[in-house]
Amino acid sequence: MTTTPPADTVPTAAALALGDDALVLSHRLGEWAGHAPVLEEEVALANIALDLLGQARLLLSMAGDEDELAFLREERAFRNLQLVEQPNGDFAHTIARQLYFSVYQHLLHGRLASGEGPFAPLAGKAVKEAAYHRDHAEQWTLRLGDGTDESHARMQRAVDVLWRYTGEMFQPVEGIDDVDWSALERTWLEVIEDVLRRATLTVPKGPRSGAWRAGAGRQGLHTEPFGRMLAEMQHLHRSHPGATW
Amino acid sequence: MATAAARDTAGGPTAYDAPADPGDAAALQSAFDAAVAADERIEPRDWMPDAYRATLVRQIAQHAHSEIIGMQPEANWITRAPSLRRKAILMAKVQDEAGHGLYLYSAAETLGVSRDELLDKLHAGRQKYSSIFNYPTLTWADVGAIGWLVDGAAITNQVPLCRCSYGPYARAMVRICKEESFHQRQGYELLLALSKGTPEQHAMAQDAVDRWWWPSLMMFGPPDDESQHSAQSMAWKIKRHSNDELRQRFVDICVPQAESLGLTLPDPDLRWNEERGHYDFGAIDWPEFWEVLKGNGPCNEQRLSRRRKAHEEGAWVRDAAAAHAAKHRNDTTGATRA
Repeated sequence: MTTTPPADTVPTAAALALGDDALVLSHRLGEWAGHAPVLEEEVALANIALDLLGQARLLLSMAGDEDELAFLREERAFRNLQLVEQPNGDFAHTIARQLYFSVYQHLLHGRLASGEGPFAPLAGKAVKEAAYHRDHAEQWTLRLGDGTDESHARMQRAVDVLWRYTGEMFQPVEGIDDVDWSALERTWLEVIEDVLRRATLTVPKGPRSGAWRAGAGRQGLHTEPFGRMLAEMQHLHRSHPGATW
Repeated sequence: MATAAARDTAGGPTAYDAPADPGDAAALQSAFDAAVAADERIEPRDWMPDAYRATLVRQIAQHAHSEIIGMQPEANWITRAPSLRRKAILMAKVQDEAGHGLYLYSAAETLGVSRDELLDKLHAGRQKYSSIFNYPTLTWADVGAIGWLVDGAAITNQVPLCRCSYGPYARAMVRICKEESFHQRQGYELLLALSKGTPEQHAMAQDAVDRWWWPSLMMFGPPDDESQHSAQSMAWKIKRHSNDELRQRFVDICVPQAESLGLTLPDPDLRWNEERGHYDFGAIDWPEFWEVLKGNGPCNEQRLSRRRKAHEEGAWVRDAAAAHAAKHRNDTTGATRA
């Protein structure tokens, strides 16, 4: 791709971290195809998945060959957040995951886009997509939180269950120097608390340190469902070594 | 348009009522017939015969349902697509299909039915969708075969619908056909990559074409002498060509394409007929077609169950959206924005 900077100027670990986040969440959203609660959400979820896949392809191409990186790495070599690998669950779980991640991504890409680093051009495009993803997740959080008793209970449960995976987003990513991660986290918390309050939901109380410890996903320590997800994603590619598609 | 004078200017549901005076009825009918004869478009608020309306509702609903059910066989491979480029193409395609469903339900709604009502009929098995989607996608090559053959057959069927006498349907088809032809080229290109790939990939492509060829020919519907709606639909200019004409056109297009793909078509009787200027082809297994249509194809049960399950499991989400909208109906700042 013409916009890819020379490989020796790209911090590979950071390209993988951000690229894997987008790749894995895109895959999860792709699992919704044909299962969404309304046709408009078939379109919306696929749209978001496509945006993320586009980001993933650019980022992984900055670090190497996109297909080799996506299909031939094993679980321990993936650098994505544990949050994005969490199974879809019900629609509320998917929305809670989207809310947490899209607010983070919107803030992070906003910072990167205004900086001078190698990710600035990509972030400039991604921030526009993330703004749309964030709006979609916020609107659904409000509808479900402040909808029926059942939707309120489901949404509360979803934000509670996924809360533990939110701390890892603010562990510094190796190779990204122009982001103040604690400031990012403070802003993220303010935004999330505001959305949850408007959605008549209670801000979760529990720890935010992830399944192992905060930042474990970035070191290749993942949760159990992730290996199964990769098995499905990689199976065909791995069955035909060296083939082109 | 010619029926403008006959239009019920009051609008609303009364526009669909039959006129009380038989003299009016004759005038309305002849204005409608003249509009159709002059190749003018019938629009939602024009008077139209009840049977014309019913036929369109049936056909457009079936078409919309086919887009929605048709997402399933392809979505089956989204999580297993072998490259990121192919995965992006496939996701975009399945998303387009949902969009086509939305256009078509909107077109159907101009005839006085609701999307919910049509979906209920689909879920209850009282309205059909294309028989083709009752076949399984067993390998990745099936995604290419669907693009090339199934979308190719759909385009052959649908391009003439861009000139259909009912305006909203014709306009929906213009938009849909543009995207469909894109999908069809992508499917062809996918198969070409497999055909020119490793021996295993080539075999995968050939196997997929072998399995999808005959079901694709069945997409044009029963032979002309057994097609119950054809004559009337052609008289109304909903259809422009007979099933057999379109099927022949499709075969004539596919044979050279199969050759350039380096793949064969599974029909020993397929050969050029100099006299007719067309390819002759073998007999279609009509008993299989009717079985699939009756619900006894390989995936009928699976497709409908999946669709019902998505709908049922989504009920609480739709209820929540409705409840939220009701609570915030009077918000001055917009429904839910901060």
